[in-house]
Amino acid sequence: MELYQYTIHELSRMIKLKEIGVYELTKYFLNRIKEKDSKIGAYITITEEEALKRAEEVQKGIDRGEFNSLLAGIPMALKDNICTMGIPTTCASRMLSNFVPPYNATVVEKLYQNGAVLLGKLNMDEFAMGSSTESSYFKITKNPVDPERVPGGSSGGSAAAVAAGEAVYALGSDTGGSIRQPASYCGVVGLKPTYGAVSRFGLVAYASSFDQIGPITKDVLDCAIVFNAIAGKDEFDATSSDFKHPDYAEELNNLYNRYCCENECIKSGILKGIKIGIPREFIDDGVDEDVRKAILKAAKIFESLGAECEEFSLPIMEYVIPTYYIIAFAEASSNLARYDGIKFGYRAEKFEDLMDFYKTTRSEGFGIEVKRRILLGTYVLSSGYYDAYYKKALKARTLISRDFNKAFEKYNVIMGPVTPDTAFKIGEKTDDPIKMYMGDIFTVPVNIVGLPAISIPCGKDRNNLPIGLQLIGKHFDEKTILKAAFLFEKVVLE
Amino acid sequence: MSVNLDKAKLDYLREKYEVAIGLEVHAELSTKTKIFCSCTTEFGGSPNTHCCPICMGMPGTLPVLNKKVVEYGMKAGYATNCKILNFTKQDRKNYFYPDLPKGYQISQYDLPICREGYVEIDVQGRRKKIRITRIHIEEDAGKLVHDELTHRTIADYNRAGVPLIEIVTEPDLSSAEETIIFLEKLKSILQFIDVSDCKMQEGSLRADVNISIRPKGSKNLGTRTETKNLNSFKSISRAIEAEIMRQIMEVENGREIIQETRRWDDEKGVSYSMRSKEEEHDYRYFPEPDLPPVIFNEVWMERVKSSVPELPEARKKKYMKKYNLPEYDADILTSSRELSDFFEEAIGEKSRTADRKTEGRGESKTGKYENNIAEVATTVNVKAISNWIMGDLLRILKDRNIEISDVTFSPKYLAKLVTMIDKGVINANTGKKVFEKMFDSGKDPEIIVKEECLEIITDESYLLEIVKKVVEQNPKSVADYKNGKEKSFSFLMGQLMKETKGKADPQLARKYLIDVINTL
Repeated sequence: MELYQYTIHELSRMIKLKEIGVYELTKYFLNRIKEKDSKIGAYITITEEEALKRAEEVQKGIDRGEFNSLLAGIPMALKDNICTMGIPTTCASRMLSNFVPPYNATVVEKLYQNGAVLLGKLNMDEFAMGSSTESSYFKITKNPVDPERVPGGSSGGSAAAVAAGEAVYALGSDTGGSIRQPASYCGVVGLKPTYGAVSRFGLVAYASSFDQIGPITKDVLDCAIVFNAIAGKDEFDATSSDFKHPDYAEELNNLYNRYCCENECIKSGILKGIKIGIPREFIDDGVDEDVRKAILKAAKIFESLGAECEEFSLPIMEYVIPTYYIIAFAEASSNLARYDGIKFGYRAEKFEDLMDFYKTTRSEGFGIEVKRRILLGTYVLSSGYYDAYYKKALKARTLISRDFNKAFEKYNVIMGPVTPDTAFKIGEKTDDPIKMYMGDIFTVPVNIVGLPAISIPCGKDRNNLPIGLQLIGKHFDEKTILKAAFLFEKVVLE
Repeated sequence: MSVNLDKAKLDYLREKYEVAIGLEVHAELSTKTKIFCSCTTEFGGSPNTHCCPICMGMPGTLPVLNKKVVEYGMKAGYATNCKILNFTKQDRKNYFYPDLPKGYQISQYDLPICREGYVEIDVQGRRKKIRITRIHIEEDAGKLVHDELTHRTIADYNRAGVPLIEIVTEPDLSSAEETIIFLEKLKSILQFIDVSDCKMQEGSLRADVNISIRPKGSKNLGTRTETKNLNSFKSISRAIEAEIMRQIMEVENGREIIQETRRWDDEKGVSYSMRSKEEEHDYRYFPEPDLPPVIFNEVWMERVKSSVPELPEARKKKYMKKYNLPEYDADILTSSRELSDFFEEAIGEKSRTADRKTEGRGESKTGKYENNIAEVATTVNVKAISNWIMGDLLRILKDRNIEISDVTFSPKYLAKLVTMIDKGVINANTGKKVFEKMFDSGKDPEIIVKEECLEIITDESYLLEIVKKVVEQNPKSVADYKNGKEKSFSFLMGQLMKETKGKADPQLARKYLIDVINTL
């Protein structure tokens, strides 16, 4: 096995046992990026110098016994919409191509406190608006599984980097599926935490009431380790929650010990009492046959572990796409108003007056998808249209939340595919935004309601492309979906 | 046909119409920090030194609501008889302007923190209720400075994120005079409850004026215009007069009033149309997703309510009724919260409470003197204290260019000083000197008098000794006095006072002097 294939928990043990040094490990990954990334295109910025310096510092810290985190010395990378002090944070946009934040996002601070080593910043759809990473101003990222295909998006760089072994783990952000969908397309694990579980401070906003930062990792245990480190209330984010959470990694380790015990009775009853609901709308005709089969097969596996699986109807699914896009675009149109060329970011060189300055700066600074969303968002908030669109969407949001919460009275987990199909070819959907938006049908309701959901690989389709299984949990019940995902992963690996 | 503009004609036209004026008043709140970050709200400072990534609206930053802003907004509501909700929610008001860092202002749209209040004013001996439509909290924008020399515009974001309340009134005002009376009243209330310093020259109080006219007796309001850029009470007053006349002339000339926003040019004394109703911004208000709605605890709301002090009007009444002060005195003493508090503390009406200024700028300097208030209260000479405050105190503040909050001695010491004079421990002249020294050292007047030996000399043998000395040294003046020259007696008294450094009890000294001269 090569070093790039190892997980956080494996590498952490090796660092602790001094089988490998942090500097050596960092250098290894930097070399691997140099070697691989010309073909993948996951990185926008590689912070080689800072990474090596940081690696030395962290090693010293570990030697002095200052870090007890599993993340100490582990090289990672960040989606380029997460602010890093002194390091460009571009959002894959021309608008912020020259922007260097004078502050770190709260998640970055937290990872640093845990001894993380930053390798660089990862490609994404411009301002996280997209499902393929094709709307990046800088480059197209290729899916490591099949370079002719997209890695998904918007956190396509994050998923591709982890899948290609160009980082041990990465952080992404998920507004309507932007962690789960690329994780699914690239065959890695991605967690979209409960809204409010992770601070958004320093995450460049796309749609504030949906945005959430989360980990993209090689396996579920890694996912729990990273989530442990970044979760929690932040005084700089009024929407972050003060919730008590267990040590997720420890929970999984305990579970594993039980699972490994030879007693078949315990093994087959380990998920006893867990009820999993599968909405029929998640496995209907619109879903690829291979994907549907993989999900139904996953249900069998959960049943073999003692869980109860049951199909149910969730008719409100009909409204999730328009509801999501109206609210997200409305918030985006306002969130992106600050890019006016006055204080930071791109500025038009030639202009006649103030209005022309704004127009030219924003016309030249933003790409087509961003402009489309700003225009639509401005439209739905305009007087005369507000009631028909935005207000109605807020009402629909309430109804969708109600129906999901009602389903959670009966089920501990709602299960389905992450996407109706697998990774598509580069350029296949760029001319048809509606088609692109429709691909988000199974991920957006999670953001509308603010629920946690994890995406884990659950097989391959006829083209040998990874299929993603989505487990959706109750608010702040990441524990249950992590446990279920963890056991599923163990069974599949066996 | 143009209308002849002579005065009689103007007055006649003015009489034909009724005027309805409504205000949108912005007051900067005097919290120590900004509404969504911990930057200082202090006025001035080099451009862009009172800001941070949050109030500059940099990518990824988020607002967190300052609780004090809610509290101050509520206090303003309680002081103006508003209904107050037990929760608050913020909304975004979207528009582009270089002084607006985020491209939107965080304000309140459909659920303002206070609504449906009123303020009563006295107009020509008549009481009038001016209804408050709403009060909401919001953030201020930065400031653009146009450099005439370089033809460049420079943005200063020091003010961006300074908390404001916007107070909107119903169109209940009917003249410039009423408007100014209302604004003066509102200003004194806001200052009194300590939520805003209301300094117009620093822009911490600003008002936009909505004006409409209608033929006398007509029930329906006319089309209104909004006038902006009013930087002083004087310009507000002038702008209102000008706009009323402009509207009258329009109507008299058969034209319709256009609903529009106008900009007042104070130098030229005219207003210009800025934009018509059609050109108004569509602010696209929507709920601020970065700030969850906040629900207030009833206990906390009660505490805020009880922290609103007695308003100037109530205090004025009390001073006149309870303490028999003339209206003139009561007016001056209630002209500011600080002065009124100082007076009340001096007379033992109240002590400066510790809760005041805990978050405000700087520490309370006077909170520490709170003993023996009851004792003072029973014996003080209220009118004398009032005289001292209106006279010497205000004069010294002016001479020294300091504020009442800079006074380091306890107001009770003034009461003590007055008592000492009343009891004849020192004379009035010495009292003035002691008072000056109190400003220097902050010391108890009793201690100053002791340390500097300023008590009046009443000791008989000592005074007689001095009298004899003066008489011996001035035989000519004594003789002149005996020959009926009254002036010489004054001279002798002067000499006596000089010998005693002015501390001789004048009555006794006079008596002894006459006695000694008569025995000669």
